[in-house]
Amino acid sequence: MNVITLQNESSTSMNIKASAARPAEAEETSSTPALPASIADMNRAIEERAARNRQRIRDFFQWLLPPMFGLMLFTAVWALASYQSDGLPGPIPTWHAAVALFSDPFYDNGPNDMGIGWNILNSLERVGLGFGMAALIGIPLGFIIGRFTFASRMAAPIIGMLRPVSPLAWLPIGLLVFKAADPAAIWVIFISAIWPMIINTAVGVSKVPADYMNVAKVLNLSEWKIATRILFPFVLPYMMTSVRLSIGVAWLVIVAAEMLTGGVGIGFWVWDEWNNLNVEHIIVAIFVVGIVGLLLEQILTLAAKKFSYE
Amino acid sequence: MDKIYQEKYVQLENVSMSFPTKKGVFEALKGIHLNIREGEFISIIGHSGCGKSTVLNLIAGLLRPASGLLLCAGREITGPGPDRAVVFQNHSLLPWLTCSENVYLAVERVFGKKGTKEQLLNRTSAALDLVGLSHAAEKRPNEISGGMKQRVGIARALAMEPKVLLLDEPFGALDALTRAHLQDELMQIMGRSGCTAVMVTHDVDEAVLLSDRIVMMTNGPAATIGEILPVELPRPRARLALAENTDYNHLRSEVLKFLYERHAKKAA
Repeated sequence: MNVITLQNESSTSMNIKASAARPAEAEETSSTPALPASIADMNRAIEERAARNRQRIRDFFQWLLPPMFGLMLFTAVWALASYQSDGLPGPIPTWHAAVALFSDPFYDNGPNDMGIGWNILNSLERVGLGFGMAALIGIPLGFIIGRFTFASRMAAPIIGMLRPVSPLAWLPIGLLVFKAADPAAIWVIFISAIWPMIINTAVGVSKVPADYMNVAKVLNLSEWKIATRILFPFVLPYMMTSVRLSIGVAWLVIVAAEMLTGGVGIGFWVWDEWNNLNVEHIIVAIFVVGIVGLLLEQILTLAAKKFSYE
Repeated sequence: MDKIYQEKYVQLENVSMSFPTKKGVFEALKGIHLNIREGEFISIIGHSGCGKSTVLNLIAGLLRPASGLLLCAGREITGPGPDRAVVFQNHSLLPWLTCSENVYLAVERVFGKKGTKEQLLNRTSAALDLVGLSHAAEKRPNEISGGMKQRVGIARALAMEPKVLLLDEPFGALDALTRAHLQDELMQIMGRSGCTAVMVTHDVDEAVLLSDRIVMMTNGPAATIGEILPVELPRPRARLALAENTDYNHLRSEVLKFLYERHAKKAA
């Protein structure tokens, strides 16, 4: 830096001498002495930007490479296993099957032969319905259980007993009551999703800080105001957790439920392809179920962040 | 009839309080007698754990006494009510509501039946104006400083136009400068509104500066009122002038003597 300024001074003094002889040119050069410094600044700025970019690229690869290696290792193990086994298709035939399936996802050749897109959408619809009803009933129930000790004690043995039961055990009851396969599948989803809803909401409500409840008491707020202004905003993050947990469970259960009930859906499709001995399609279905589950979880995590008041 | 209540606006008659614990019943307070005049500013001071906040919560109606009687304006205190507003130690603002909405919640509850929405909003902004926070009305509590939060807490309490203002170590969590500033503001506001106030504090200067009487409590368990010190300093009081005032310094040392000589807290 010092060297640069010294050079500047010497060059200006030279210009002053020269300006006596050639004023026009002196005027032109007098603006240039500032230039070396500004070039140095510019160089520094460019260098900084390059360093930042290098860092960014490094971060990107550090973020990208481990999952890539993981997937590559997984595919390698899979390829090896399929090479050793008799019927298990390897990654390449599965890939071709997937491309073929997804190039026409929405064909419709009658209820037993529909595109994979239809199957996914039908499963999602069942999950959505069962899950929505579970939220509609489970969240208010959770509020009541969390707010009133009597209700909590009343519900404790029932929830404690029914929660560990596999949701599929409820399928025959659904078939009996609704006399149709489709509502029975939705019923199973409802049962699997409702317990995390009730429990997390109730836990959230019971964790409302005593300070806030004291405010409610001092202000003499009505039960409705307490619910909407204090409990609901406080419990919202807990509710989002419960929604995330229960959508995970619902998506797990739908495949099994549809295998048993039939109809159009990803679970039934897996069973159908098994009967056709089309194992590539079963593997594609496993990936599809996994990826859709991952997407649902991600969407709800984003929504949860949006709803958090902090 | 009103005359009587002026002298004994808030009345504590032989109040005792106990809490169940794992080791048995813990007797926190015993034999509390206290009459508070209308418009009086009372400070309750004592070592931590002596049950001074319990006294406040009893007057607020958040706790019910084990025995004895609490009256406000001649009527028994059976629960919390909008005639007795509380300023909490940790401000207790709802973090998902703006400052204005926090105050509005209280205003709506007390005046909701009588006023239109516009009148309620006017009341809300007037309360925020009183504590000098109009500019932060639309901010959330976590966007403002600790002193500002406590001011919103005070605004929320005052907006209810309470008969009795209960302050639970209102400035305890603030730095010394902010605390002094808010004490001055509180003094002005109380001078204008003329409402009765009970403040729990552990700050001797704060007690002497603000109070008409200082209630000094003995150490628990079974804590009770040790002594009541009248503070007969003329109002309005100025912090700087009082620092040189002999009466002020005498009162201050009286409280200190009570706390550190007669009822010194044994080292834990």
